[in-house]
Amino acid sequence: MSADRPFDVRSVRRDFPIFEQTMRGKPLVFLDSAASAQKPAAVAERMADFYKHEYASIHRGVYQLSEAATFEFEKARGKIARFINAANPHEIIITRNATESINLVAWSWGRKHLGTDDEILITGMEHHANIVPWQMLCQETGAELRVVPLLEDGSLEPGAFEAMLNERTRLAALCHVSNALGTVNPMREMIAAAHAQGIPVLVDGAQAAPHMAVDVQDLDADFYAISAHKVFGPSGVGVLYGKLALLEAMPPYQGGGSMIHTVSFEKTTYAEVPARFEAGTPDIAGVIGFGEALDYLEQIGMSAIEAWEKELLDYATDRLAEVPQVRLIGTAANKASVLSFIIEGAHPHDIGSILDQEGIAIRAGHHCAQPVMERFGIPATARASLAFYNTKEDIDVLVRGIHRVLEFFG
Amino acid sequence: MDDLRELYQTVILDHNKAPRNFGELEDPDRQADGHNPLCGDRLTLHLQLDENDRVVDVKFSGQGCAISTASTSLMTEYALGKTKDEILATKALFHELVTGNPNEEGSTDGLGKLAVFGGVREFPARVKCATLAWHTMEAALNNDEQPATTE
Repeated sequence: MSADRPFDVRSVRRDFPIFEQTMRGKPLVFLDSAASAQKPAAVAERMADFYKHEYASIHRGVYQLSEAATFEFEKARGKIARFINAANPHEIIITRNATESINLVAWSWGRKHLGTDDEILITGMEHHANIVPWQMLCQETGAELRVVPLLEDGSLEPGAFEAMLNERTRLAALCHVSNALGTVNPMREMIAAAHAQGIPVLVDGAQAAPHMAVDVQDLDADFYAISAHKVFGPSGVGVLYGKLALLEAMPPYQGGGSMIHTVSFEKTTYAEVPARFEAGTPDIAGVIGFGEALDYLEQIGMSAIEAWEKELLDYATDRLAEVPQVRLIGTAANKASVLSFIIEGAHPHDIGSILDQEGIAIRAGHHCAQPVMERFGIPATARASLAFYNTKEDIDVLVRGIHRVLEFFG
Repeated sequence: MDDLRELYQTVILDHNKAPRNFGELEDPDRQADGHNPLCGDRLTLHLQLDENDRVVDVKFSGQGCAISTASTSLMTEYALGKTKDEILATKALFHELVTGNPNEEGSTDGLGKLAVFGGVREFPARVKCATLAWHTMEAALNNDEQPATTE
């Protein structure tokens, strides 16, 4: 990756047309990238070009247009593989989003391998997408869902994960970065601990992939789930990475076109990986657009992005600490991108409305992580989340906005 | 007045800070739960009715944003001494006030103090915060088994 060029946030912002407009008469301060990230113009343009000049069905056409579209689609799969350093593009399954990626593993791998008395281990900081599919699987199979507890700073209780792994554990499903707290989990070490007992690990990487270089081989992850829309690509596209040997041993997820080898009314044989898991026509333009987003990120360099975001997060943490009424939820030593906070006497929804009047977009609510809210004894938080296109001025505007909140609710 | 001052009028901030009729009735005739799944607001409403379906006592508990808390508080103040029919008629007027065209001023006729929620229509994301209390009131008056929800 070409991370040698100095990172220039001003020039980066020019690649995102959304920042040219104002919100409620003020410059847009977008601090909700953890929900969904903004898109560089190149992504929208690539998709428009594809629809205007290159569109055709893939994987079945015998004509030139379809062959070219298939080539572009598969090229994007290759870019995804390179982005997370997968050994083989066949290990990349295209889904709708990280949620579907996790559900795919729960239904296909989970139904085959889980039974009564088995356990699935997750952490107390998971997004609902990495809780509910496992709960459903447990209900169906009689397995038990166990949860690694959190410390007050939003990090995992030291040693608890390792202690909870046992001979009944069939899978650990862990978020790489918490969407509600920003905690970065020591994923490499956790995976090594699970593997030491022969337990595979699924990583929910939805909040990690936009902020750091992900290397699935270095992590030794068995499954890794991503949503394209959080990684500056279009919505409607997700990725499931799986080790080839695991994927090849898994039964299909959905039945339909594309995923078969032969079909008769007596018997159907299934296609090879990854086609086996990609029934029906995918979001062809979306996948190609995602490939464009990854090209864009490669140009900037994930290490440059990570360094800039660390500087921003440190600056924001210091600035928010200057406001005594603000309490940060999630203060782990190793964090990325997320500033979840509460203000005594001001409900997050009211904070959100007042900040919106200043042109500031944040998220207010439980962030699809109700157990995290429960753990901290709060109904909701306000969440400002960062991406590499944010500036220190954005943080200054946020702090000014918080003072405006205090005018009403101080 | 700017939009925020219109949304967060003094009366609303006051009822948020010191909600009236907050608590529970020991043996309520009617009880209903309200839930706004989007923001997690939850409230429980307790009513005591006389033989003419007139509210003779009312309490609420739960947690929510300023708009939701103040709306519930002001609604309970209003409802005390009113009949079911009167309350449901006012609910319709209130609903029109907060959900009407944001570019037009809503009618506050017959709403009395509840008129302070006139600013809500300019904040579509907050309409459900203001209406949750009234949906819950309707559920309680109709003796609905299902919790009221804004979705």
